Amino acid sequence: MSGLWNAMPRHGQALVVVLLAVLLFAPAVADRYVLSVLTLVFYFAYVGQAWNLMMGFAGQLSLGHALYVGLGGYVAALLWLFFGIGPWLGVVPAVLVATAFGVAIGWLGFRFSIEGVYFALLTIAFAEFTRIAFDHIGISGGAGGLFIPFQADRSSEWWNLRGGQVSFYYIALGLAVGAVVLAAALLRSRLGYQWLAVREDPVAAQALGINVFRAKMKAVVISAAMTGVGGVFHAFYYGNLFPAQVFDIARSIEIILGPIVGGLGTVFGPVVGAFLLTPMGEGLIMLTHALGISAPGAKAVFYGLILMVIISLKPTGLWPWLSRMFRLEARKS
Amino acid sequence: MMSSIVANVVVQGVLTGLVYGLMALGLSVIFGVVRVVNFAHGEFAVIGMYAAFLLFAHYQLDPLIALVPIAIAFFALGYGLQVTLVQRFVGRAEHEQFILLVGLAIIIVNGLLMIFGPDARPANLPYSFDSFMVGSLIIDKARLYAAIAAVVVAVLLFLFFAYSRTGTAIRACADNLTGAAVVGLNIKRLYALTFGLGLACVGAAGSLLVTIADASPSLAPAYTLLAFTIVIIGGLGSMAGALIGGVLIGISEALAGFFISPSMKSMFSFALLIIVLVLRPQGIMGRRA
Amino acid sequence: MTALLSIDGVSKRFRGLLAVDGVSFDVAEGEIFAVIGPNGAGKTTLFNIVAGVFPPDTGSVTFAGSRCDGLSPDLICRRGIGRTFQIVKPFPGLTVEDNVVVGALLHRPDVASAKAHARDILEKLDLSHRRNHLAAALTLPDRKRLEVARALATDPKLLLLDEVMAGLRPSETDRMVAILTELNRDSGLTILLIEHVMRAVMALASRVAVLHHGAKIAEGTPAEVVRDPAVIESYLGAEAVT
Repeated sequence: MSGLWNAMPRHGQALVVVLLAVLLFAPAVADRYVLSVLTLVFYFAYVGQAWNLMMGFAGQLSLGHALYVGLGGYVAALLWLFFGIGPWLGVVPAVLVATAFGVAIGWLGFRFSIEGVYFALLTIAFAEFTRIAFDHIGISGGAGGLFIPFQADRSSEWWNLRGGQVSFYYIALGLAVGAVVLAAALLRSRLGYQWLAVREDPVAAQALGINVFRAKMKAVVISAAMTGVGGVFHAFYYGNLFPAQVFDIARSIEIILGPIVGGLGTVFGPVVGAFLLTPMGEGLIMLTHALGISAPGAKAVFYGLILMVIISLKPTGLWPWLSRMFRLEARKS
Repeated sequence: MMSSIVANVVVQGVLTGLVYGLMALGLSVIFGVVRVVNFAHGEFAVIGMYAAFLLFAHYQLDPLIALVPIAIAFFALGYGLQVTLVQRFVGRAEHEQFILLVGLAIIIVNGLLMIFGPDARPANLPYSFDSFMVGSLIIDKARLYAAIAAVVVAVLLFLFFAYSRTGTAIRACADNLTGAAVVGLNIKRLYALTFGLGLACVGAAGSLLVTIADASPSLAPAYTLLAFTIVIIGGLGSMAGALIGGVLIGISEALAGFFISPSMKSMFSFALLIIVLVLRPQGIMGRRA
Repeated sequence: MTALLSIDGVSKRFRGLLAVDGVSFDVAEGEIFAVIGPNGAGKTTLFNIVAGVFPPDTGSVTFAGSRCDGLSPDLICRRGIGRTFQIVKPFPGLTVEDNVVVGALLHRPDVASAKAHARDILEKLDLSHRRNHLAAALTLPDRKRLEVARALATDPKLLLLDEVMAGLRPSETDRMVAILTELNRDSGLTILLIEHVMRAVMALASRVAVLHHGAKIAEGTPAEVVRDPAVIESYLGAEAVT
């Protein structure tokens, strides 16, 4: 981690410090709406980073990451509602379940050489299958949904995710920062190099002694586990879970928007992407409301356009371009 | 008694499956030749549905007839799309193509949502509820006509690819791109033609689909996945495979809907997709890529 | 000296084609052994068998006393056999140094010592000045040396070089020959190479095996092999190339 910090030029370091300071003190000055938007930004920066590890580093395109969000959320929510087990503990089984599914998908994909678009379809099929399955599981509320009621008297229990907006804000910020630190550390680690090698040329990587299957599985496991944690947060933040919403392919696509726009395979890409897209999306909704236009799909159309524009003009994302322009990162390595 | 109900369900599945097959055929053609993964496939089909719906609502044009102008319009759309946008992505990393078309799909679905609203729009044909009686089988007229039309279009396409000069040239591109270029074929033009033909199939399928289902934006992602499922099961790049796959999926969805529950029928298709991806991703009729 | 690598009766058939036909030879520790022959003679297939890309249909491959045929490529590398590819496969998005670090990490679990080892190797292969360049930006001769450097970083006891001279100008060939000779002399690295460039074979190899239609038709010192009538007829032509 110190490697990344030291490799950054002075003004880059200053920028990070200032940004962190601003974010840490924001709740003192900003209104609830701004905080909620920022919380969303942190959430997407976090799950985007988790997805980025699998795609940007290990090169496996997953279009069904909402699966892990949903599983994490449902497991933690059910443990809370039925057994009173708080999410600080419930996150463990939640992560285990999400990871188990990740392992299954990864194993099937790698063992049977399911690559590229086929692998992406595999991930979609799993997510969709689970979505419909949950529609019919009565215990978790079926299609009607699962609800985590707000409990005002327990609002100080931040470890049970029972607090108000500010509490969730800091938790989300912690998650996002943690994800950046983790990604930076991984990228500079032995595993990170293995991932890069596997991404660039798996045959050459094998000839250098790398067990490609194991490297890929590690990426899937870490990615699924991290996303599962995000799912726990998501469930308790919104207080409700509907299979049609939480496992939907639209959620999976939302997760990948940040990293793709920001920069696949880079540490700051998902963060930049989330900071750009989420406020713009929310801003657009506000704009349409202010203008009195009823445009239920406007935000999505906007995201679709951005996606097409970025992938056409700057397929490596905005962060590499920005960091070059403002010389925010040291020369590549 | 039960067996005749099951027989009816199967027949329905076959007929619906043939229309799905036509839709999947478009995907197969595009991927088999241009090697672009059209993740906006279902979205185009739904545009076709709305187009047919509008033509019927305003001009009382039967979708079976509207199929022709719609197919032609979609051909032009496909041709234009390929030339302006998709061509740049040929040969680029697969995930980039995917993302481009996912973006397009999102725009289409939500655009349709904004224009038409979320409510389903039916094409209330005069014969929508009529049926033929063949023994103990009750065959919906609408489904039968749609299925026949689907087969006709598929056969026309097959004849084109098998016997026409351009069709053969396109097949050459699919088989051996370098060879095709060396021989002097205009690859870009052929790609554009192929994309046009592929989308024409989709438009035609959409026009037929509106006779058996109501037009609604939410169908789009489901149709995209359905097309991929069919193409993977039937074999990417195989035209017969697309129709066979369509029929198989149509039957299995109909049976699953009948025996298990209607809302769970796609679960069965997804499970089938996973199984086929694992065991034989080149599908029933496909060659190993 | 005992044989480091022992290829015994190895055959491989691809559907109708018998690519490798009962080939046997030993490579002694510390020697440079060349495999030559016309295109399609089965040289790269044999290499791929030793490197673990596919298992032989018959026969065995023994390395440092234990059987290794049928092991996966990454296990083969762990056992101490490094290889290069005929068509070089650098990691294009990584720097030259990072390319080699990937190899160095095999036996050095921490990145710092792997980097140090990588720098040493780059020094030996004359690539230090290109350390921070992206591999994609390298010229072919540099890429070839990178390919060797990367394989070397895994601390192999045996290095398999697949037509590493192909596409190099004579001056670059000489440079590569010098580097390989030095490696072999200084660290006792055993080298098994496939080559068409006879200039390099004559300069490097202590022994040569000749393959034709998958079978070994001659084995011996370079001088012996070059004068072998069967070899001349099948491969070298009436005038032996020096």
